[in-house]
Amino acid sequence: MSVSKPLPHDAAALHVTGRARYVDDIPTPRGTLHLAFGQSTVARGKITELNLSEVRASNDVVAVLTADDLPFDNDVSPSIHDEPLLSDGTVHYVGQPVFAVIARSHRAARVAARKAKIAYEEEIPILTIEAALQANSRFEDGPRIYEKGDAAAAIAAAAHRIEGEFEIGGQEHFYLEGQAALALPQDNGDMVVHASTQHPTEIQHKVAEALGVPMHAVRVETRRMGGGFGGKESQGNALAVACAVAARLTGQPCKMRYDRDDDMVITGKRHDFKILYEAGFDTEGRILGVNFVHYVRCGWAQDLSLPVADRAMLHADNAYLLPAARIESHRLRTNMQSATAFRGFGGPQGMIGIERVMDHASHVLGLDPVTIRQRNYYSEMAGGDTSAPAYIRDREKPETTPYGMAVTDFELHGITRALVDSSDYAARRAAVADWNARNETIKRGIGFSPVKFGISFTLTHLNQAGALVHVYQDGSIHLNHGGTEMGQGLFQKVAQVAAARFGVETERVKITATDTGKVPNTSATAASSGSDLNGMAVRAACDTIRARIADVVAQNAGVAAQNVTFADGRVRAGDVDIGFEDAAAMAYLARVSLSATGFYKTPKLDWDRIAGQGRPFFYFAYGAALTEVAVDLRTGENRILRVDALHDAGASLNPALDIGQVEGGYVQGAGWLTTEELVWDDQGKLRTHAPSTYKIPACSDRPDIFNVTLWDGKNPEKTIYRSKAVGEPPFMLGISAFLALGDALSSCGAGYHGLNAPATAEEVWHAVQRMSHGA
Amino acid sequence: MDITFLLNGESVELRNVPPTVTLLDWLRDERGLTGTKEGCNEGDCGACSVIVTDQGGARTLNACILFMPQLHGKAVRTVEGVSGPDGTLHPVQQAMIDHHGSQCGFCTPGFITSMACAHLNGDHGYDDALAGNLCRCTGYAPIIRAAHSAANQPVPDWMDDAASVPATVDAVQCLPRSSDELAAWYSANPDATLIGGATDVGLWVTKHLRDLEKVAFLHRCTDLQTITDTPDGTRIGAGCTMTQVHEWATARHPSYAEMIRRYGSRQVRNAATIGGNIANGSPIGDNPPALIALGATLHLRHGDTRREMPIEDFFVEYGKQDRAPGEFVEAVTIPDQPDRLKVYKLSKRFDQDISAVCGAFNLSVENGIVTAARIAFGGMAGTPKRAKTAEAALIGNPWNAESVAAAQAAIETDYTPLSDMRASARYRLGAARAMVLRAWHEDSGAPLSVLEVTP
Repeated sequence: MSVSKPLPHDAAALHVTGRARYVDDIPTPRGTLHLAFGQSTVARGKITELNLSEVRASNDVVAVLTADDLPFDNDVSPSIHDEPLLSDGTVHYVGQPVFAVIARSHRAARVAARKAKIAYEEEIPILTIEAALQANSRFEDGPRIYEKGDAAAAIAAAAHRIEGEFEIGGQEHFYLEGQAALALPQDNGDMVVHASTQHPTEIQHKVAEALGVPMHAVRVETRRMGGGFGGKESQGNALAVACAVAARLTGQPCKMRYDRDDDMVITGKRHDFKILYEAGFDTEGRILGVNFVHYVRCGWAQDLSLPVADRAMLHADNAYLLPAARIESHRLRTNMQSATAFRGFGGPQGMIGIERVMDHASHVLGLDPVTIRQRNYYSEMAGGDTSAPAYIRDREKPETTPYGMAVTDFELHGITRALVDSSDYAARRAAVADWNARNETIKRGIGFSPVKFGISFTLTHLNQAGALVHVYQDGSIHLNHGGTEMGQGLFQKVAQVAAARFGVETERVKITATDTGKVPNTSATAASSGSDLNGMAVRAACDTIRARIADVVAQNAGVAAQNVTFADGRVRAGDVDIGFEDAAAMAYLARVSLSATGFYKTPKLDWDRIAGQGRPFFYFAYGAALTEVAVDLRTGENRILRVDALHDAGASLNPALDIGQVEGGYVQGAGWLTTEELVWDDQGKLRTHAPSTYKIPACSDRPDIFNVTLWDGKNPEKTIYRSKAVGEPPFMLGISAFLALGDALSSCGAGYHGLNAPATAEEVWHAVQRMSHGA
Repeated sequence: MDITFLLNGESVELRNVPPTVTLLDWLRDERGLTGTKEGCNEGDCGACSVIVTDQGGARTLNACILFMPQLHGKAVRTVEGVSGPDGTLHPVQQAMIDHHGSQCGFCTPGFITSMACAHLNGDHGYDDALAGNLCRCTGYAPIIRAAHSAANQPVPDWMDDAASVPATVDAVQCLPRSSDELAAWYSANPDATLIGGATDVGLWVTKHLRDLEKVAFLHRCTDLQTITDTPDGTRIGAGCTMTQVHEWATARHPSYAEMIRRYGSRQVRNAATIGGNIANGSPIGDNPPALIALGATLHLRHGDTRREMPIEDFFVEYGKQDRAPGEFVEAVTIPDQPDRLKVYKLSKRFDQDISAVCGAFNLSVENGIVTAARIAFGGMAGTPKRAKTAEAALIGNPWNAESVAAAQAAIETDYTPLSDMRASARYRLGAARAMVLRAWHEDSGAPLSVLEVTP
């Protein structure tokens, strides 16, 4: 069967030959015009004069748009209508689009965009968490608070208490393909948009609003993205809307792609956090209560910040049963890029909070970092590994998260035990201690972190998907669904599902571009939900057609329809044994419809985000990683030496693609916590706006030894072929790298390292100074 | 200007090419060859990597900061030309499919050209060959597996461009063929911009959006591209690429070579010239500290007038060098000496990153006493600058912990660094002090860097 096969990415042959088309590669009609935004140079203020005469006079400029030129809605927000496409006279961050140039070339538009003379009445920007708190500059009225039990009392009564705070930097997506859109005006005022987006329906929606037309007048197509990672969930709206408005105004096709520096200055990034924590543990290292305060820098507009901050709260427990917990989350409005979705969607920030608590507690209690985690895990699911200590096995069930959801599919006891064995943890822990005893300046460290990640959109209505499948009379299959392909291999996995339903090889299935004209009302390809949702929707569509074919073939064979089988490219029923193409032709001749839609909605969800109670997730995905690093105490320079990761993709739809997600997710997660540092100056200007200054991992930064294995399991919930979502969860395996760096510093002094993220060489050096000099 | 070159084996002749059109824009906009991608437009991501072959062989370059005149007389191979004319996949392409080396696929064409070039040259040092190609999806592991698996496959015959590159090409405007031609032209046109490898000037065009009216490309001045032994030492022509300098340093000053290994990326070092790096005068250029520590002499030329100076004197202050209009860097001479040089580059990322601090130490120790010391740093002041107080703290004193501590303390006298996005002033000082310590540790045989530690 085609599912579970390690097939290559559907476009691999196109990728390696340069024939895979991205938005900027689509041949454009003659006369296509190009756009660039003129941007605010101040972080907060009012525009007192907008002189665009030199912009208009610049070579090859066709027109210049300001907010006044927009015919309908001036808004590209995915949430609460607070994000004008072009400044409404106030500016809120350095880089905010103020006007749009329409020119005959990309370069001409960029050149002209820099010629504006804009005067501002500047206000003092709110840049820091402290400034935002002082000004009470926030989204929502006050902090969200989720509570379970009486955390303060539990902590006060505990034998060991720890407290601390640390900062966790944001992260630039650095998708290799920058944001891009192409709008092609049609007759009768319709618009076709090609966009590099994870959310074609959102683009359709915003373009329709901006053009003052119903959604049916706008069709959005997305064949592939050159990377998304959450950065193309909402951040492509501005380009698509600008192109559509410009195309309508000029009657010409309009294209826009951000230059890399513009992309990094204009678009939102991962939310940075400051987390305060206090926790109480018993003498065995069992946590009794924990109290977190999350300060979240959200930037200037709301975008997706509320669900991001919610998800951080929902992962404040990670893998641990918290008898009492309180999580308070402040969503602060600051004069910076509007922080947005990024792989993990707040989950990583929430998770690193409790991992920090475990790390700190293991330091204080002198407990092995793996052991203290095992002692605090939720109970293994029924039928799973039985190695957990008796007190865990004897605990009253079900165990619930701080938001009241029962954890019934836990499997980290088994995963951890297997990883500890396969990575030779005990011997390596001893070897590291031995090395550190012999070496003064270069130290090694080992970090371990588990992942328990909730799968489903926390905005429950988004958990739906549609599909459209055609079988042609020659037996070829046309596949379409609402998911988008950004490199994760979704299209191939879903094609494998379709092929499996019809019992044919994947070659028979034509994968087609995501198209709002084929499948409407789609959700973003996000929250790791792509194959769960679209796989099920496609299955439903295929099964509808298969049943119709089966009826026809059964009639011919004189057997009951349920006795018809689809396998090996054959359709068999009684004495009939024909090729799938013959069965399709037979159905066609019998005047049977060979086209069907499919629909799926995730069951069992029930979530109240204000109360912080319910079941926001259908299930959890699990994994664990062990990382070994080396650190030079003199300069703080550090490097990952070895990683062992064991990850749960359920019954994998495609183990090769899933391992790719784990390897890539790990390195991206480790990058977030090590070399990737965003620096804004005191005027709110982003100083790291190109790969020359913002450093994602390069080739040699990957671990020398990189053992990635999929856990041999299957999803207890009825997901598509019992697989599990795998897009985001492995990102958080990178937390083990951060913990390993802290571990390597343990010889620098008696105190706790207090490392902030990202642990750049400089941050590690500062931690060494603090520990050795108390500085 | 009119230029001729080979593109994927086919001859291309272009007339009236504006001198600062990049190969990337030309490929995509004029030829419709969209396999070569724009990822950053500044030479830092490698998505636009192409293979360029000339008399010196095949090498990878970033097409986004490669101006069309730089191709005159050469052969270019893009991703479209890496597979055979009949569509047969190159071994690295097949290996990338088999090993799942592409996810989103956008960086893939650049990886393919870098891998195919390494394959062609029998180069198995993939971490270095691919240091200039960023991938955000895969974590690189499957790409390296693919590179290894294709390593022993034969080179497809269509990859051989060397045989087709013309031995000589016609002279064209803006492309002086010798330093004499250049000297005469530049003294008559002192307001012109000289372009060596365009790794810096390229960004003036792609990022600062400047129109450069008057330019001269130096890559055909072959007499500026030689490394020769002279009675005064090794004379390195200003037009030598950093790849050439790396080869030279590997034998003579391995620590300098190790620093150059991390300088830019393969694509950047294949284009960037040592003369450009010096003339540019950046306080964070990585050659000057090493050259100052080695006691190098800089050779400048204006018309037929030549002068020379200790290289540290060239860097007057931030943004200002001792170079007159119409005068250019002709060469640098490094005195022959026993190798005592230690160069330490500190950056956020090991590969392809600009230094926060770069320290170079040239210390002579006889019978335990420091007899000579030349120490220079980049990133610590407005120019690359010697640490004279630290040198004085060492010279004549025993090479021991006490002297090292004195030299470390002297660093704060020598430098008042700034804070920026690469490092804070405090860290820069701390790191520079740490480098003094590291130089001492290195002589006592301790592990030099985390790069030497293996799992």
